[in-house]
Amino acid sequence: MSFLTIKGAFRHAAKIGLGVFALTTLTAEAGDKLVIESWRNDDAKVWNDVIIPAFNKSHPDIKVTFTPTPPADYNSALQAKLQAGTAGDLITCRPFDVSLALYQKGNLEKLNDLDGMNNFPEVAKTAWSTDDGKDVFCLPMASVIHGYIYNKEIFKELGLSVPKTESDFFKVLEKIKDESRYTPLVMGTADQWEAATMGFQNVGPNYWKGEEGRKALIDGKEKLTDPEYVKVWEHLAKWKPFLGRGYQAQKYADSQNLFTLGRGAIYPAGSWDITTFNEQADFEFGAFPPPTPDGQKTCYISDHTDIGMGLNASSANKKEARIFLSWMAGPEFAELYANQLPGFFPLGNHKISIKDPVASEFLSWRGQCEQTIRNSYQILSRGTPNMENQLWNVTVQVLNGSMAPKAAAEEVEKGLKTWYQPHM
Amino acid sequence: MTHSDIRKPFPWHILVFLAPGLLIYLTVSVYPLLDTLRLGFFSEDESGATFFVGMQNYANLLFSEVWSEPFWNALKNNLKFFVIHMLLQNPIGLLLALLLSSPRLRLSGTYRTLLFMPTMLSVVIVGFVWQLLLSPLWGISEDFMYNIGLGDYFDAWLGKEGTALVTLSLISVWQFVGIPMMLIYAALLNIPEDLNDAGVVDGANSWQIFWNIKLPLLLPTISMVSILTFVANFNAFELIYAVKGALAGPNFSTDIMGTLFYRTFFGFQLQQGSPTMGAAVATLMFLIILIGVAIYLFFVQRRIQRFQL
Repeated sequence: MSFLTIKGAFRHAAKIGLGVFALTTLTAEAGDKLVIESWRNDDAKVWNDVIIPAFNKSHPDIKVTFTPTPPADYNSALQAKLQAGTAGDLITCRPFDVSLALYQKGNLEKLNDLDGMNNFPEVAKTAWSTDDGKDVFCLPMASVIHGYIYNKEIFKELGLSVPKTESDFFKVLEKIKDESRYTPLVMGTADQWEAATMGFQNVGPNYWKGEEGRKALIDGKEKLTDPEYVKVWEHLAKWKPFLGRGYQAQKYADSQNLFTLGRGAIYPAGSWDITTFNEQADFEFGAFPPPTPDGQKTCYISDHTDIGMGLNASSANKKEARIFLSWMAGPEFAELYANQLPGFFPLGNHKISIKDPVASEFLSWRGQCEQTIRNSYQILSRGTPNMENQLWNVTVQVLNGSMAPKAAAEEVEKGLKTWYQPHM
Repeated sequence: MTHSDIRKPFPWHILVFLAPGLLIYLTVSVYPLLDTLRLGFFSEDESGATFFVGMQNYANLLFSEVWSEPFWNALKNNLKFFVIHMLLQNPIGLLLALLLSSPRLRLSGTYRTLLFMPTMLSVVIVGFVWQLLLSPLWGISEDFMYNIGLGDYFDAWLGKEGTALVTLSLISVWQFVGIPMMLIYAALLNIPEDLNDAGVVDGANSWQIFWNIKLPLLLPTISMVSILTFVANFNAFELIYAVKGALAGPNFSTDIMGTLFYRTFFGFQLQQGSPTMGAAVATLMFLIILIGVAIYLFFVQRRIQRFQL
């Protein structure tokens, strides 16, 4: 009896000793543990279960943890953490000015000489380069493509075919509205950003001719009051009758639910929606690019450089972080990421195959259409008022019918005029 | 040796016991406040370096179109938010307190708990629940209104410029009506029965008793509740942010000082945050609340008669 208790006590002591040992090794190892900051809290599972283990196969000595913050709080939380010196080693970069500001403040390390950076074409790097293009401060990770996702079963039921031109598109919407109880176009304006992102930036490139128009707007050669921009809002104004009842109070999650429940036919989408729909929808869905204005031959799509990865300038583990970044620049990561998160498309030159049918549909448009990025992201949202926020605001009003397309254009142009030299 | 010969030692224990609280108060409340006031006089360049600009930030906020338009809009919305609270929250609180204090009411404890419950819920949960209730897609409000024959009046209240702010104010009133109710209820219980009895003996009906006896005795409590509402409303932020986001749409119709401050200080989406401009907004919020409280102290508080019961 007493022997047993002594044995038990030993075991107990051994356990405590083991615990202390584990604790000390943990603190000792904290030095070479990389922490990733991100706003993509949806991706935590993919990072933890797939990407980090894959990296550890070739680099077992570097521990990596993924610590995301909810998207809406990311910018402010990151800024606070960087100021307090508690931010992670690797920082997921939003495109353009938000990250550029971090670089200018000295929060991000220059990555010009990173191994593997030459795998990326110039276009992919613009979102994370200085205005003169000399310095790169984040590794391009992925882009997202805009278009429409549609419910194939509803299309079959109503005998509809995928619209190619603008008038086809509205005919299809008309037919869904007249002949069924499905919501023709699934989008709400409560969260505001969908109106600008899935509406304005989705439909728009066809009118302002992609990169050509985007650059002309930055140079001041074109103004938002020019017909090619007013037409975009005119197009969007025509959406109103096809949106669901009470769409003014419909949030982004509501739209996703409405579509995956099979209650709506066409969903103005970003390719990132594919992952959610794959999980939730039990019907077959497909995708089509924004229909071109009648008579226009070339099509334009928004293939927006959306995610990059940067290195915290005050990180204590820069060597390990660079190793990780170089691995991310290679084909293994590109293939893993693209297939784990269908809808986020790699930006490097590697040949990869994407298994998800809808994602590869989105990707195939790169071959048919001219690509561009969102026109409010580079330079034009630097001042106050900020063009992106203004686009959210006026586009919602156009969709709600409380503002005329022309007035929307004038409002945003007026905003640019107050601070942006080329537009004055 | 008598007791009085010994000089009393310095009461160190008082200092020691006050110190932790005082220290916390100074570091997390007084210092940030003063630093905010200081920061409002500075501006920031691209590299993050700050330099002194005097009253420039305030001049921008109050007079330059880019800043003054959102500022006055937020202030106006904040006033509306406050007025709706004053018009509804206190009278309803008073009414509920009177009903609860009625000796003929059974289960008054249960009602009291139920009415006070929302106050203890997180604003985020309240916002979420009401969004669901009022949702035109999944909400139950529409069916409810159809059942009482008002279905045609249902609308996407939270999504329209004309109704969003009022709806949010009503949600906030619903949540916080428990506080004036409890405070007024406590004051009501303090009014001696003798006074009411004397009134009854003198031939007063219950309306006259309320108007001439209870209400005057409740006025100090009601005015205190009002100033609490004022301070809370001008500091409000969470509900609007939880329901409408930092852009307080549609078209800034629900933008109040708190959301304006958040957007300015932390930035939003592609907009860069500006700590210095944000500090200026925060300082103006502080001044508005200070002026409101000062007006209350000098013009209301001093005139209130306190009856010795």
